[in-house]
Amino acid sequence: MLARRMGKTRVIAETGAGQHGVATATAAAALGLECDVYMGSEDMEWQQLNVFRMRLLGARVIPVDTGSRTLKDAINEALRDWVTNVRHTHYVLGTVHGPHPFPMICRDFQSVIGREARAQILEREKRLPDMLLACVGGGSNAIGLFYAFLADAQVRMVGVEAGGKGLVPGMHAARFAGGSRGMLHGAMSYVLQNEDGQIGSTHSVSAGLDYASVGPEHAWLHDIGRVEYTCASDEEALKAFELCSRLEGIIPALESAHAIAEVIKRAPGMDPNAILLVNLSGRGDKDVQQAMRFLPEYR
Amino acid sequence: MNRIEERLALLKQAGKTAFIPFLMAGDPDFASSEEIVFLLDRSGADIIEYGVPFSDPVGDGPVIQQAAQRALRGGASMKEVLESVRRIRTRSSVPLMLFSYLNPILAYGIEAFARDAAEAGVDGVLCVDLPPDEAAEYKRLLDAAGICTIFLAAPTTTEVRLKLIGEQSSGFVYYISRLGVTGERAILEKDLERAVTRVKKLTGKPVCVGFGISTPEQAAAVASMADGVVIGSALVRLIHEQSARPGGIDAIKVWADNMSRAIHEKH
Repeated sequence: MLARRMGKTRVIAETGAGQHGVATATAAAALGLECDVYMGSEDMEWQQLNVFRMRLLGARVIPVDTGSRTLKDAINEALRDWVTNVRHTHYVLGTVHGPHPFPMICRDFQSVIGREARAQILEREKRLPDMLLACVGGGSNAIGLFYAFLADAQVRMVGVEAGGKGLVPGMHAARFAGGSRGMLHGAMSYVLQNEDGQIGSTHSVSAGLDYASVGPEHAWLHDIGRVEYTCASDEEALKAFELCSRLEGIIPALESAHAIAEVIKRAPGMDPNAILLVNLSGRGDKDVQQAMRFLPEYR
Repeated sequence: MNRIEERLALLKQAGKTAFIPFLMAGDPDFASSEEIVFLLDRSGADIIEYGVPFSDPVGDGPVIQQAAQRALRGGASMKEVLESVRRIRTRSSVPLMLFSYLNPILAYGIEAFARDAAEAGVDGVLCVDLPPDEAAEYKRLLDAAGICTIFLAAPTTTEVRLKLIGEQSSGFVYYISRLGVTGERAILEKDLERAVTRVKKLTGKPVCVGFGISTPEQAAAVASMADGVVIGSALVRLIHEQSARPGGIDAIKVWADNMSRAIHEKH
């Protein structure tokens, strides 16, 4: 609708796991806009279902073969497209990152999550939750949940990054644990980089968390101490993926499974009456193909 | 006076346009890059634009992206680029500017960078992804070190912003001849002359034009309307094709002589 209002006839997007690409393709189909989605070729391999969905919705999925062939490189290509075609193209940036005002635009749209969650929990429990948890890649779902609660000082907040295979350079995407101040994609934030300012490679079992930088507002919330940031490893996330499916009957996205992994770590040490609100930000049916590689016992 | 400002002033007096070739520092290696800088100087290059390789160059097309990757694989870093400039300065006083993304400068530390770059003999810096309205500290430090701060203007840049770019720029303003990333293109943008005139008027600075200029004919056409012509991808591609060949350096010299003549004689 923003694109429409600006008189633009084409939208582009980047996507990691494919959810944002599918969402953009859906909106474009409904509004009759041309739609191109950039996706790392490595991510495309593991998210074939979403690639099919996007194409079915009329979008063109453009494989990105540069660099690490994941989300960061998809953003590079989308930015290059955008500066070339800005006269008629709107870039629907899928996370709270990128040059101003993209982080704000995305946050304001995502903040519906927190507003609804806050109203619902007050209605049901008559009090605020003790702790909010969400996974953080670029960090849009987390900002979306946290934003409405920022003024509620008693509500603790935890953002969970991808710990990957361990906190060794190239093996994870935990920017707060392993990164430093830097600028990538037009935003100053915590960035995984070497001492010369070259952007580091990243790894996560979940494509949506596999990114070398984090939304600048998260960097701010980290620095002022309002939100605590931690990470969950691939293994912990897969365990949580399994447990949530088994115990709740909900197959969570591998991204969201990182937040659940943190619940599993923290809940046993907390007051049994404490309320933990975790953002199940995505569904896991897109991830079953990837999960099958790691959980062969269910084949 | 800064070498870039001095050269542009001299050219203006003579009614001539600056020939500004771009090459990626460290592609294929620093010794070759330096040899090519000397060659360009001898061919009449007025300002050398020396690229600092970066892993994620969002403003660049495939030719320069790949050159940066090659340089990085060879172990290039900001520190090595500055050392290379220091070596160039022992043999040449050609005006030289760095073309960099912000992150390698941040990682180096802006203050240390300004100091070391000036000491090495850098005359100007174009930081591609630093917006002029976020550049106060950067500009203060580079000004103090006597280094020109060059900012980009595009066909979509508004009047208000062009004025800001003019205030923040020293040496010249770099006008992107058409929207998009760096790379060679078959035809020049229509109305380029009017656009360049507008940028000159609103920024009050000399205007050099780049992005998409690759042939001597295009370069001569642009030379008749701008204060300088930047040629990047065409040279970077040529260096990549020729550097491994015996006698490749001569082919680069022929190219540079032709380009220099086209720009200086404007036809």
